[in-house]
Amino acid sequence: MSTTTRNAPLYMAPTFQERVQRAYRGTVHVLRREPTVLIGAVILLIMASMAIFGTFITRTDYTRVDPINRLIGPGVQHWFGTDTAGRDVFDRTIAGARLSLMIGFAVTLITTMIGTVVALIVGYSRLLDNVVMRFVDGLLAFPSILLALALIALMPNSGIRNVIIALSVTGTAGKIRLVRGAVLTLRETAYVDAARGMGARVPRILMVHIAPNTLNLIIVQATFTLASTILAEASLSFLGAGTPEYIPSWGNIVATGQGYVQVAFWISFFPGLFLTATVLAVVLIGDALRDYLDPKLRGRLERSTQ
Amino acid sequence: MRRYIAQRLLTSIPVIIIVGIITFSLLYIAPGDPAAIIGGDEATPEQLEEIRHQLGFDKPYHVQLGRWGSRMIHGDLGTSIFSKREITMLIRPRIQPTVSLGIQIIIVSSLLGVSLGMLAAWKAGAKLDRALMVFAVIGFATPGFWLAFLLIWGFAVNLNWFPVIGYAPVDISSLGAFGRTLPSHLHSMFLPVLVNSVLASAFISRITRSAMLEVLREDYVRTARAKGLSEIRVFLRHAFRPAAIPIVTVIGGSLAGLATGLVVTERIFAIPGLGRMLVEAIARRDYPIIQGLLMLASTTFITINLAVDILYAYVDPRVRYGG
Repeated sequence: MSTTTRNAPLYMAPTFQERVQRAYRGTVHVLRREPTVLIGAVILLIMASMAIFGTFITRTDYTRVDPINRLIGPGVQHWFGTDTAGRDVFDRTIAGARLSLMIGFAVTLITTMIGTVVALIVGYSRLLDNVVMRFVDGLLAFPSILLALALIALMPNSGIRNVIIALSVTGTAGKIRLVRGAVLTLRETAYVDAARGMGARVPRILMVHIAPNTLNLIIVQATFTLASTILAEASLSFLGAGTPEYIPSWGNIVATGQGYVQVAFWISFFPGLFLTATVLAVVLIGDALRDYLDPKLRGRLERSTQ
Repeated sequence: MRRYIAQRLLTSIPVIIIVGIITFSLLYIAPGDPAAIIGGDEATPEQLEEIRHQLGFDKPYHVQLGRWGSRMIHGDLGTSIFSKREITMLIRPRIQPTVSLGIQIIIVSSLLGVSLGMLAAWKAGAKLDRALMVFAVIGFATPGFWLAFLLIWGFAVNLNWFPVIGYAPVDISSLGAFGRTLPSHLHSMFLPVLVNSVLASAFISRITRSAMLEVLREDYVRTARAKGLSEIRVFLRHAFRPAAIPIVTVIGGSLAGLATGLVVTERIFAIPGLGRMLVEAIARRDYPIIQGLLMLASTTFITINLAVDILYAYVDPRVRYGG
């Protein structure tokens, strides 16, 4: 191994085919090591397909009010029963899946992109680092749900956009701190020194030598951001500060059913179950990814489970 | 040690200042004219101008920030827009439920989480360990409000063991009154504490397990075993004590996460605490209350973290002398 690398050119970018092969081998490897990831993947796939093809499965319009058939228990007609206004809980739960995943992925994408870019920049500029990190430390000193609630309260109107903005602001701060930590470590490595010695400029060092090495961390962290965002959106909506009531969200459906726990447990039970299953699926995938992408931790786990 | 404390204190002051600037600025840039909200619908433009002048809303940003900051330092959180009363007065009766809930959750979840984590580390790799770690993952994924719903459904509705909602205050004016009111207080808090403790202990057990496994690999643990000490003694005396330090730090650092649990459970169980006050203030867009509670919550958590860090340094000399 070492002899071949010694004779090989300094750096050779993998071809597309190699990348695909690597990804495939990696996937097979993860599945074999961690069967739980399969459970996670299956659940997430079901949720995603319900979110995307939901309108084909649902039989009613989730907004259709049907007072005569209110509070009907789960059965053939209404799989998950009906709520206080006679709306079909199954249909609303599926609509909730769409919303949950949409907000989850949107916030994950926004926080990851902004967080990474800012972290790369501040990790390489001491002046900016001082200014930005003080601000980030300030943001992180707030319990994130309280900051999100306050942000939502001061935005005009209500709507999904506000939820996405609020959760993105609170999420980006943590992301910056995390990736910046990695950047600071990486800039001290020998190969960055070598690149600098060879006359590479800062943008090149950042893009070629540092950014790719933060990728594993970013990917793993993104799965946890997705999980915590889905939970946070649900909590905000449950509190009546997130998704407005006319759009079904797992959080606000559970909230409406809460007062009817004595007569109609199904209103809150099923959306909550879907929410838990989705978050669980994302966490299982994230755990497996971390074990696979972080060899140091993997070694530790192996030793610990002897 | 004194130097470390001074240094640590000095680093948290700027954080509190930044927190204050962010809190103030958030509501400074918030849309809507605060004078119009305070004045009500009938206020004439002249009256609005008067209110603005009186409250200093016509001053530039930095002057307003300065005034606001000095009020905060003096413990004056301002006046509620909605009830026109002083926020410190409104907060006072709300403190007991939240603090009581918080303390109970910390105690129960630490005891539960640490013992489960130690159990998992004890049986590392065995079925019990795996089951406990499955519990840890599920505990992380479960939203508090749904678990609360399930517990209310099971214990309060079907079994009728606990009240569905409601809060019984504890009287701390005298020891006798405390003793009399404590049972009903704990009874009313049982489900709220249980919900949060189960979820928090899932996280704590995971941390405990990995901290224990780390320490169990140390040479002195092997020595202790070689000496012929019983496994329990090795676990509790030789492994747990060093492992406790990172565990305490992690628990301290995760306390801010408790905020979600407090806000949500106070709403579900109709506990008249600070979390409920915040949710009500947000529904009414009572900005001064939101500002005050944000400041209160963040400074509380900063102080707790500070205390944990100092405690940490006290227990572990490496922190004091290391960089």
